[in-house]
Amino acid sequence: MQRKLLRGSLALPALLIGSWAQAGWQLNMPRGVTDISHQVYDLHMLTLWVCVVIGVLVFGVMFYSMYKHRKSKGAVSADFHESTKVELAWTLIPAAVIFGIGVKATYVLADMYNVDDAEMTVEVVGYQWRWRYRYLSDDPDTEVTFFSNMATDWDEINNLVDKNPNYLLDVDEPMVLPTGTKVRFILTSADVIHSWWVPALAVKKDAVPGIANEAWTIINEPGTYRGQCTELCGKDHGFMPVVVEAVTPEEFDAWLAVKQDEARQMAELTGRDWSMAELMERGQSVYNTSCASCHQVDGSGNAPTFPALRGSDYVRGDIDDVIDIILNGKRGSMMPAFRDQLSEVDTAAVTTYIRNAWGNNVGDMVTPVDILDIKAGQ
Amino acid sequence: MTTATHDHDHDHDHHGPAKGITRWLYTTNHKDIGTMYLWFSFAMFLLGGTFAMVIRAELFQPGLQLVSPEFFNQMTTMHGLVMVFGAVMPAFVGLANWMIPMMIGAPDMALPRMNNLSFWILPFAFALLVSTLFMEGGGPNFGWTFYAPLSTTYAPPSTTYFIFAVHIMGASSIMGAINIVATILNMRAPGMTMMKMPLFVWTWLITSYLLIAVMPVLAGVVTMMLFDIHFATSFFDAAGGGSPILFQHLFWFFGHPEVYIMILPAFGIVSAIIPAFARKPLFGYSSMVYATASIAFLSFIVWGHHMFTVGIPFLGQAFFMWSTMLIAVPTGVKVFNWVTTMFRGSMTFETPMLFALAFVVLFTIGGFSGLMLAVAPVDFQYHDTYFVVAHFHYVLVPGAVFSIMAAVYYWLPKWSGRMYNETMGKVHFWLSFVGVNILFFPQHFLGLAGMPRRIPDYALQFTNFNMISSVGGFLFGLSQLLFLYIVVHTVVAGKKAPAKPWDGAEGLEWTVDSPAPYHTFSTPPKIN
Amino acid sequence: MSEPQAQNQELASKIRKSVTKMFAVTVGMLAFVWFGLVPMYDLICEWTGITGRTTSASEEQMFEVVDRDIRVQFLARNGAEMPWDFRPVVTHVTAKPGEIVQVDFYARNGTSQDMIGQAIPSLAPFESTPYFHKTACFCFDQQPLAAGEDIKMAMVFQIDPDLPEWIKTINLSYTLYEVPQRRQDLAAARTE
Repeated sequence: MQRKLLRGSLALPALLIGSWAQAGWQLNMPRGVTDISHQVYDLHMLTLWVCVVIGVLVFGVMFYSMYKHRKSKGAVSADFHESTKVELAWTLIPAAVIFGIGVKATYVLADMYNVDDAEMTVEVVGYQWRWRYRYLSDDPDTEVTFFSNMATDWDEINNLVDKNPNYLLDVDEPMVLPTGTKVRFILTSADVIHSWWVPALAVKKDAVPGIANEAWTIINEPGTYRGQCTELCGKDHGFMPVVVEAVTPEEFDAWLAVKQDEARQMAELTGRDWSMAELMERGQSVYNTSCASCHQVDGSGNAPTFPALRGSDYVRGDIDDVIDIILNGKRGSMMPAFRDQLSEVDTAAVTTYIRNAWGNNVGDMVTPVDILDIKAGQ
Repeated sequence: MTTATHDHDHDHDHHGPAKGITRWLYTTNHKDIGTMYLWFSFAMFLLGGTFAMVIRAELFQPGLQLVSPEFFNQMTTMHGLVMVFGAVMPAFVGLANWMIPMMIGAPDMALPRMNNLSFWILPFAFALLVSTLFMEGGGPNFGWTFYAPLSTTYAPPSTTYFIFAVHIMGASSIMGAINIVATILNMRAPGMTMMKMPLFVWTWLITSYLLIAVMPVLAGVVTMMLFDIHFATSFFDAAGGGSPILFQHLFWFFGHPEVYIMILPAFGIVSAIIPAFARKPLFGYSSMVYATASIAFLSFIVWGHHMFTVGIPFLGQAFFMWSTMLIAVPTGVKVFNWVTTMFRGSMTFETPMLFALAFVVLFTIGGFSGLMLAVAPVDFQYHDTYFVVAHFHYVLVPGAVFSIMAAVYYWLPKWSGRMYNETMGKVHFWLSFVGVNILFFPQHFLGLAGMPRRIPDYALQFTNFNMISSVGGFLFGLSQLLFLYIVVHTVVAGKKAPAKPWDGAEGLEWTVDSPAPYHTFSTPPKIN
Repeated sequence: MSEPQAQNQELASKIRKSVTKMFAVTVGMLAFVWFGLVPMYDLICEWTGITGRTTSASEEQMFEVVDRDIRVQFLARNGAEMPWDFRPVVTHVTAKPGEIVQVDFYARNGTSQDMIGQAIPSLAPFESTPYFHKTACFCFDQQPLAAGEDIKMAMVFQIDPDLPEWIKTINLSYTLYEVPQRRQDLAAARTE
């Protein structure tokens, strides 16, 4: 009802354009799918309506005076310029209104801060420019950790192909959460400040390096909820979406089991034999999600900050140096350490890829087992 | 120490300004310096506006079309810095220079040579700042709020130049503020008691105190950044035991009063113009003064509302929410006073009045969204979205900038001795008014629907309102060229203006000729 | 001396006075920001636990052990440029207020260079910080590790029985950073 009223009063331009008033004309905050987000929405509407009423009164008097008390209509100005009573009234009445809003808001705020009795904990770590999610578990071996990268193709961003409906809001691996379960988030960052926001959950918390922030949610309805990083975090700040997929607790358990299994399978995947073609194929996709935003899809880089990989003597030189820079980063540059971010398989694949793609043609390859040895040995 | 009296002795027998470029380089005349400040700020307004046009052009459509994300970030940063420190603040200082001595019946500013210095270091500061765009690694790209560690550990090499530029701007502002306070406290004509001063003088007095209190904080913050970058300290570096949150506390302890520095003088201007065109004295003069003082005081204890999402404990969050909401009370008093001043007046609607009326309405809308943002639990949804962008642009563009335009139209006859063309002025007003609303109103919707600020590209559902907003932006931007034309045309070829072109205007400035003679009130006027 | 001149001199001295005052305020503010604010911020953080950080060891205290279960979860992670392996040996313990508990963290420098690490702690909820006493912690010191070296590092803590009733879970996180060469040199220069 309130929503309709708002559309009616504020949506004039949209109404004029008539039936186009579809998703692209969303005017208001989403109501969301948690009890907190509903409270937040109600509070938002309350404050909005208070403002609208005050606005109508104040601007009403103003427009009335502008119409009635104009010189061209022969208005003669009065001379009053003080009235303690009136001034007292318009100090106290707004103060009372604000007090009312404040009390309600304080209760909602207290609710938002009550993280206790969470049934599970997910750690959210911001990286330039991806999120890492870790599902805490009592048994360290069954902990599920993965990175969530934007899945939108750079060709879409560069207008070379059509944009899909979830343009910029799609990730390779969403955070999966069970419905009806109190989930605690521990948020922090590995580099600069990021902010993790899902509008439908009314959860927004900064991920600050060195500090572990807390937030929580209980999702009422299954569904896919999309958001974005909301704190300027450098070049690709606009390209680090957040996607939460809420499923029933049963589905969640099944998903978790699959993910734990994947971790085990990853060990097998690392152990098996890899052909050059397989590594190149996997390497290309790893490169495009993890490297292309700086070094570009075609390896041409973006000098001077992001050197070209295509035709680079360094990339085509000693393979151990290349692996070292990928695993450990390069000090004093923008190149981070990918040791935690890429699996052995992905590290091997991307190393092989950059040494052989775009006419680099070194011709050699490195296997996941080699990477494992390098990581373990040295 | 140099004082007005000193120069006064020398200049007494000179009648006009020196000739040629040296007039402007060496001038200690408050009117010359005011003029330079105003032209400089207009140049910066156009430069910052150009950056904004780049932003709006890139955001016209989803996808990356014109600029890279790196350059986009430099544009948002430079737009903010140039508009805040280059356009709005110097414009108000320029108005203060021109008007305060004339309003209080003083022959000049208290410290005329420092006045010259505080202006002339500004062009260097901005040359330094803008030159970073052409440096290797690009200019500052971390937003005008330059949060560490993005602005320290992860910043481009040009950040050092940015830091020095901010130092120079800060020094200029502090000198300007000291000068204004010294003038207002000591140089009022006999009989000009504090409670007889025009509100523009009052608001600037309070603004100056804010500047003196918080500019050193800004200087301190950027110096700490300098040390973090070059001398391996770790004020803001978590790795070395510092805290990125400390940066935000310091920045916003400066930043929130800074916001009021950009709006209080606007209150003063509007409080001069509305009574003039309503032909009725300002309602509630003393409550206006007290409201301004309370807003200034509150500005020191609300900075945490910029940091609701960084993880402040519950009690802190609640404190900042309540103190912020409290600001709505004195601000409301001001708006009610302006509206009551119009009530039963005898109004006419010349260009200055149109801008002042638009100020009252649109600034109030900005105030409403400000009240909404103050509600901490809901701010989690608004924070760092386009809703915030819409909010602060509503208070700064149709707020501060419109008040400056109103002031220019109102006092231009006094400065130049010539009348602007009323029809052109009205065309300029309506284009700006329509443009600014098309530009910023849809941004409320974008923010509520979930579009974060400072992104070079956006999801498809935000396309329509971004397009509309960009169209409004181009309209608003282009209409400012008309403003330039109007002012130049007035100065060169406008009709002669009488000493008091507005029949309802009050104040000492209208008792002198138009254009105001090079030296005014060498003998103090009599105030009854 | 003529009358206007006397007035001028009076005015000049008045102006001088107000400028001196304001200049003093400016300098005072600068000094306050530079020397006063950072220690003040640290102090406030310590009292209120705003950033969930404890920087120094507390004395072991003789608390009466209270029969109340507090779940303490441990999280470890690296800063973006830190290539070490770093993890808690156990992911959580259940502790009673007053008890002295020791847990271990594991770190390994898998690179081919000798490096120095520094762990930065943070507690959530922040409100638990003043009640979480670390009597010993690897995070109080820098941790040098030679290439390929690994280590088990101890952390001993005690929860204050005054811990607010509503806190039932405490999350202790560490972020491990490399201490850059530049900062090492500087620290060395200071101690010399």
